[in-house]
Amino acid sequence: MLPKLVLPLLLGVLTSTAALADKVTTFTLENGLEAVVIEDHRAPVVTHMLWYRIGAADEPLGKSGIAHFLEHLMFKGTKTVAPGEFSAVVDAQGGDDNAFTSYDYTGYFQRVAVDRLDLMMKMEADRMRGLILSDAHVETERAVIIEERAQRTDSDPGALFGEQRRAAQYLNHPYGIPIIGWKHEAEALTREDALSFYRTFYAPNNAILIVAGDVDPDEVKAMAEAHYGPVAPTPDLAPRLRPTEPPQLSERRLTMADPRVAQPYVIRTYLAPERDSGAQQKAAALTVLAELLGGSSTTSVMARALQFGDAATAVYTSAFYDGVSLDVTNFGFVAVPMPDVSLAEMEAAVDAVIAKFLTDGVDQEAFDRIKRQLRADEIYARDNVAGLARTYGAALTGGLTVVDVQAWPDVLQAVTPEEVMVAAREVLNRKNAVTGWLMKEETDAEAGQ
Amino acid sequence: MMMRLVFAALVAFALPAQAEIPIQAVKSPGGITAWLVEDHGIPFTALEIRVRGGTSLDPVDQRGVVNLMTALIEEGAGDLDAQGFANARDALAAQFRFEAGMDGIGISAQFLTENRDEAMDLLLLALTEPRFDPDAVERVRGQVLANIRSNMKDPDTIAARQFNRMAFGAHPYGSSGDGTEESVAGLSRADILAAFKGTLSRDRLYVAATGDITAQELGLLLDKLLGNLPAKGLPAPKRADWALNGGVTVVDFPSPQSLVYFGHQGIKRDDPDFFAAFILNEILGGGRFSARLMTEVRDKRGLTYGIGTYLAPQDYAEMVLGQFSSANGTTAEAIAIVKAEWARIASEGVTEAELAATKTYLTGSYPLRFDGNARIARILVGMQTEGLPIDYAQSRNALIEAVTSSDVARVAKRLLNPDALHFVVVGQPEGLQTNP
Repeated sequence: MLPKLVLPLLLGVLTSTAALADKVTTFTLENGLEAVVIEDHRAPVVTHMLWYRIGAADEPLGKSGIAHFLEHLMFKGTKTVAPGEFSAVVDAQGGDDNAFTSYDYTGYFQRVAVDRLDLMMKMEADRMRGLILSDAHVETERAVIIEERAQRTDSDPGALFGEQRRAAQYLNHPYGIPIIGWKHEAEALTREDALSFYRTFYAPNNAILIVAGDVDPDEVKAMAEAHYGPVAPTPDLAPRLRPTEPPQLSERRLTMADPRVAQPYVIRTYLAPERDSGAQQKAAALTVLAELLGGSSTTSVMARALQFGDAATAVYTSAFYDGVSLDVTNFGFVAVPMPDVSLAEMEAAVDAVIAKFLTDGVDQEAFDRIKRQLRADEIYARDNVAGLARTYGAALTGGLTVVDVQAWPDVLQAVTPEEVMVAAREVLNRKNAVTGWLMKEETDAEAGQ
Repeated sequence: MMMRLVFAALVAFALPAQAEIPIQAVKSPGGITAWLVEDHGIPFTALEIRVRGGTSLDPVDQRGVVNLMTALIEEGAGDLDAQGFANARDALAAQFRFEAGMDGIGISAQFLTENRDEAMDLLLLALTEPRFDPDAVERVRGQVLANIRSNMKDPDTIAARQFNRMAFGAHPYGSSGDGTEESVAGLSRADILAAFKGTLSRDRLYVAATGDITAQELGLLLDKLLGNLPAKGLPAPKRADWALNGGVTVVDFPSPQSLVYFGHQGIKRDDPDFFAAFILNEILGGGRFSARLMTEVRDKRGLTYGIGTYLAPQDYAEMVLGQFSSANGTTAEAIAIVKAEWARIASEGVTEAELAATKTYLTGSYPLRFDGNARIARILVGMQTEGLPIDYAQSRNALIEAVTSSDVARVAKRLLNPDALHFVVVGQPEGLQTNP
């Protein structure tokens, strides 16, 4: 039983997973397109995904939302495929298709019977360079993304607060700008903005092909060479170097009141290191730390201390960390107070739990249990081959390699309690954090709500 | 007693290309039936159990008791308190989920082959000896109340609840299975215990398993796990009478956008015209971009991010429902388009081209659903609760293919009536008032 809460904005929740190494094959085409083939022969189904190494954090200044807007516009047709026809063709094959945008990537996928893979590749390769946009389509689709923003963000105080919190977290790095764009900038995006972004970044040497399902890697390679092989790369593509964060010298705090808030909460995020290629140990320790502190609403350190017993202060607590990110990421927690507990009291209670944890250290039994669960997660994850495909896509566009993905389960298993405590002491520092109170009325801050 | 397993049927249906999914009907020595797909590729099993009834079995003055009870099943059992139970479950890396719906309680379990017996012993403990400790009751009650308060500020929930209240009144379908702040505050431990005994019973049980388990192993497991549940549960609710006429109900909510939830009466799952209605809905308001409403409201005019309609054949009432959001200034226009499309398809039916494309999509996409143990187990339980035969997966696409455009036109006239549509609008829409 968890109350509805909006956690950090990530389009798609990624579990820590890895496929068996012997079922994953990779190759690279001459034009730079990298490919990953994940075999799963249980059902004659295939997921075909094309990921671009381009996301909201790669946008030009003042053009927030352009990566996401372009994602919508990619369905507006080419010389050979009419507007809307892409999805209609996938439908006619009994397939499903869609697309998604995050900070570090933009992805397109279709899920079809395996004998339709060739057609999917043909169409996806066609729109990598051949997009045609009319002014009318651009106008209407801009209205659609504004409606999307209104639905996802402007109607939801938790989502609005999340935007403000991220903006406070990142003073300089574009992770502080919403993926869907600030409303005033998204409203002003033009056809030329989209096309200029498209021409530079939608290229085989900036893309990763992922094919997962009942396929033979050699056949996939031959198909990819036929369809993606002839597509010209973008010459001299610049490396993805984003502005970095200056040292944080003062704690950041923000409050927001909105009458639509039903359940006030405290949320804090700390700037935290991400998984880096060949150096995933610290991120693994933080992954275990999040599980220990707030991974279970029954057994975690926060739940036991704050949700149980006569002195319980919280209705719900959770800690979160996702290490898959090209640049510096967040470690965070959220705590929903009981009705007669103020946000100030709630925050103080969480801080006391964290302080005690930093003194007491890791409970060995809980640590062992979490390790076993993480290992089992790998087994359960193999049941969802489309999920595995997403894991690889997010990792590879987030600066990791196939080797890193495959090493991750072992890196997690190798984490020691000492490493968890070192990571905890390094990251759980309020001077390095943003603390937010979301409430119904400003008075919630002091009194019980 | 000698172990004896009866294989009533072994059905395999072909997917496009090569593979087949063989569904076995398993009957345990104790007489519990289940559908099974064996797949030994990954060392775990997905087990799906559904018990018909759900929150509609709440006594009148105890709205929310089945929901609260279901949330408590895992919060301590036998000699384990809530934390002890969670520790034991997590140590086995087993995953259990308990969910209460309007028409049933769902229990989903995933467990590793290496410790299957221990994991099932733990689930057995939860299903037979839940403790409902007072401190656990209070803690989970607090979580349920937090959910209820959140939902009171959530436009989607506000709209659906307003709609259901007006459509079904005092019937359980007319109110949320979560209960209200008052009703949940008043639930006692005795109420919760009674709900447990009255809702988890063998007379309305549906079971499916997929994964690394044999028919024989499954049969033994089921007897142990479910054999001691009470034989009979609470009496089923009555049919829900429909009391909602066409019109508009505006619920004021401070937001730049209005959420619109709309619908009227629908069609039963076992109606001979169900498939014609299913295809009709897909053409009118399916979630795909080619559906008429998506084309008219989103693609041509940019009035919404998404719009969809669906058939809701529940156990005691049937509806056709739809939902979208639009800016307050354009909501009235979007509603007018929905009504116009409703009228157009009711009077003109669908084109042969639309019918053909929709059939290709529905028949082609059906086998794609069966990928993954957990998904297959859920589908198999769904088929059983709908009363479908074990060879349904084989015959289903033929039933789709058999529908003609005149079938769809006839059903469109019978089912869709723009004047009967009621729109609940949550927001501050311009130019719209509650009517009648």
